[in-house]
Amino acid sequence: MSKMEATKDGALLSVSDLRKHFAVKGGVLSRVVDKVHAVDGVSFDIAAGETLGLVGESGCGKSTTGRCILRLIEPSSGEIWFEGADVTKMDATALRALRRDMQIIFQDPYASLNPRLTVGAIVGEALTIHNLVKSRRAHEERVVQLLETVGLQADHMRRFPHEFSGGQRQRIGIARALAVEPKLIVCDEPVSALDVSIQAQVINLLEDLQEQFGLTYLFIAHDLSVVEHISTRIAVMYLGRVVEIAPARDLYDTPLHPYSEALLSAVPIPDPTVKRQRIMLQGDVPNPINPPSGCHFHTRCPIAKPDCATRVPELRESRPGHWVSCHYRG
Amino acid sequence: MAGLTPASLTADAPAPAVAAPRKNRPTSPWQEAWRRFRRHRLAVASGVVLLLLIAAVTLGPFIWPVAINEIDFTAKLQGPSWAHPLGTDDLGQDLLARLIYGGRISLAVGLAAMVVAVVVGVVVGALAGMSAGWVDAALMWLTDLFLALPLLPLLLLLMYLFRDHFKRLFGVEGGAFILIVVVIGGLRWMQVARLVRAQFLSLREKEFVEAARALGASKLRLVVGHILPNALGPVIVAGTIDVAAAIIAESTLSFLGLGFPSDIPTWGSVLRDAKDYLDIAPHWALFPGAAIFLAVITINFMGDGLRDALDPRRVL
Repeated sequence: MSKMEATKDGALLSVSDLRKHFAVKGGVLSRVVDKVHAVDGVSFDIAAGETLGLVGESGCGKSTTGRCILRLIEPSSGEIWFEGADVTKMDATALRALRRDMQIIFQDPYASLNPRLTVGAIVGEALTIHNLVKSRRAHEERVVQLLETVGLQADHMRRFPHEFSGGQRQRIGIARALAVEPKLIVCDEPVSALDVSIQAQVINLLEDLQEQFGLTYLFIAHDLSVVEHISTRIAVMYLGRVVEIAPARDLYDTPLHPYSEALLSAVPIPDPTVKRQRIMLQGDVPNPINPPSGCHFHTRCPIAKPDCATRVPELRESRPGHWVSCHYRG
Repeated sequence: MAGLTPASLTADAPAPAVAAPRKNRPTSPWQEAWRRFRRHRLAVASGVVLLLLIAAVTLGPFIWPVAINEIDFTAKLQGPSWAHPLGTDDLGQDLLARLIYGGRISLAVGLAAMVVAVVVGVVVGALAGMSAGWVDAALMWLTDLFLALPLLPLLLLLMYLFRDHFKRLFGVEGGAFILIVVVIGGLRWMQVARLVRAQFLSLREKEFVEAARALGASKLRLVVGHILPNALGPVIVAGTIDVAAAIIAESTLSFLGLGFPSDIPTWGSVLRDAKDYLDIAPHWALFPGAAIFLAVITINFMGDGLRDALDPRRVL
């Protein structure tokens, strides 16, 4: 597939050196005493029509990255190019237009739907905001169409979110995102809060929708088996940085970065007879207020050498399409 | 895990445990709250009593068409009788008629002062909750300042200073009404403002608000469509308690002679006139006292019921 060799020119979305530092305030005068390095120099491209999986532990900056791309959180620095425009420099008008091209699906299907609105009002809100339909009739027809697209029924539009199960609520959230006919959808752990049987349904729905509408996904998750299934390429994040990007198959077969290796060795194999060498990482994820020097991973890395603490590894292409940031691998 | 409901294999069928609980009709959160409120016996009984009280003061003059200022010295300080069901005062005026008229004023003051307090409180709280930084700090500083003011002395001072001015502007009764409502409401918005701010601070980080932002909703739309409706529960509860507090405040003012002019009866001013005759005509003080007590306690019980009904964590 030509999609995989995404270059800066062919990419739908191109993130470069994105940083987000949250200020930690303290003291009587609320001075900035520290900064949380939530996202610390992230770069990647997403080609039109592909799915980039973004994986990593809790608190590594995956969700912050996704929200920065949509400007739901203001990035501290870096560039986000989407269809020839830098999202980080957009004014309110341009940002409003961007909302029609980029949408987000949230993790918690309970918190992400306004409990006081009917499903019809939730799904149809974007139509009103952007004046996408001419009449009330057309509005209703479009809402019904959206509900049916995600596998719900027309008469669900008069119900309230609390009358639905988690999986159905997630479908409502997907219908809401589809209302503006976006090009890119940031899926922020869309199945992490669902039962395993429901997870498969939602994943399949997302894949069907991608095919039907030519969608591009940034798929954020911490479950590697889910990501493997849906992603074209996968980026692994650790403590605010991307440590490895590779085509999905490539990453699973031959992970290069020691952190990716450890993550993959933790994926359970549904066959009790298969034994696998598990790589146990020592210690916890370091505090992002004060991340380790050099390579962020050197404090827990099984193959760390003394210079890992001083030299910051660059993300480099070790094989075609397979990028890794490690001094000693690849 | 969130998906605790039995997993239906096709998403098309509504989840059995959650959807269609009783009827096949969708229930909005407000309808659900009403259902829960109806289970709260004390609150429902209070609501009935309060409605009767309101009906009595609004419809009363038609059923009991006796003038409030008809002086009859031959029948002064009489106890309850068929001619005067609640007795008479020292001028022989019929107390039932005076309490009906006074109830209108007292309840109207309570409701109007609550509206003033809630509106001011919601506006201040919403502004503070939406704008971080110095606006928020300044507004909360102002709220704390108002909370630190001694209420009653200030109330008395304001009434004393502005009474004549308002009398000239809006007439005797209208002037007193507007002044009392503004002063009481203007000194009771702080609790509502704090509640609303706290609600806004937590709600504006909720994912459904973030989703609306991602859809391109304006700030006004976020507040009016998404944040405020979800913040209203505690405000309604605080509002009911404000009604009761405003009725008491008005009674206190009238009792101290700084409320309505003495020829206009309110529950508080009737009580004040009665205080010198407690030993020979106790009924005179008893009935307005009972009316205040009944109105305040039923409103507070309703507030309790509303609090329970609007709190989704409570099982009813």
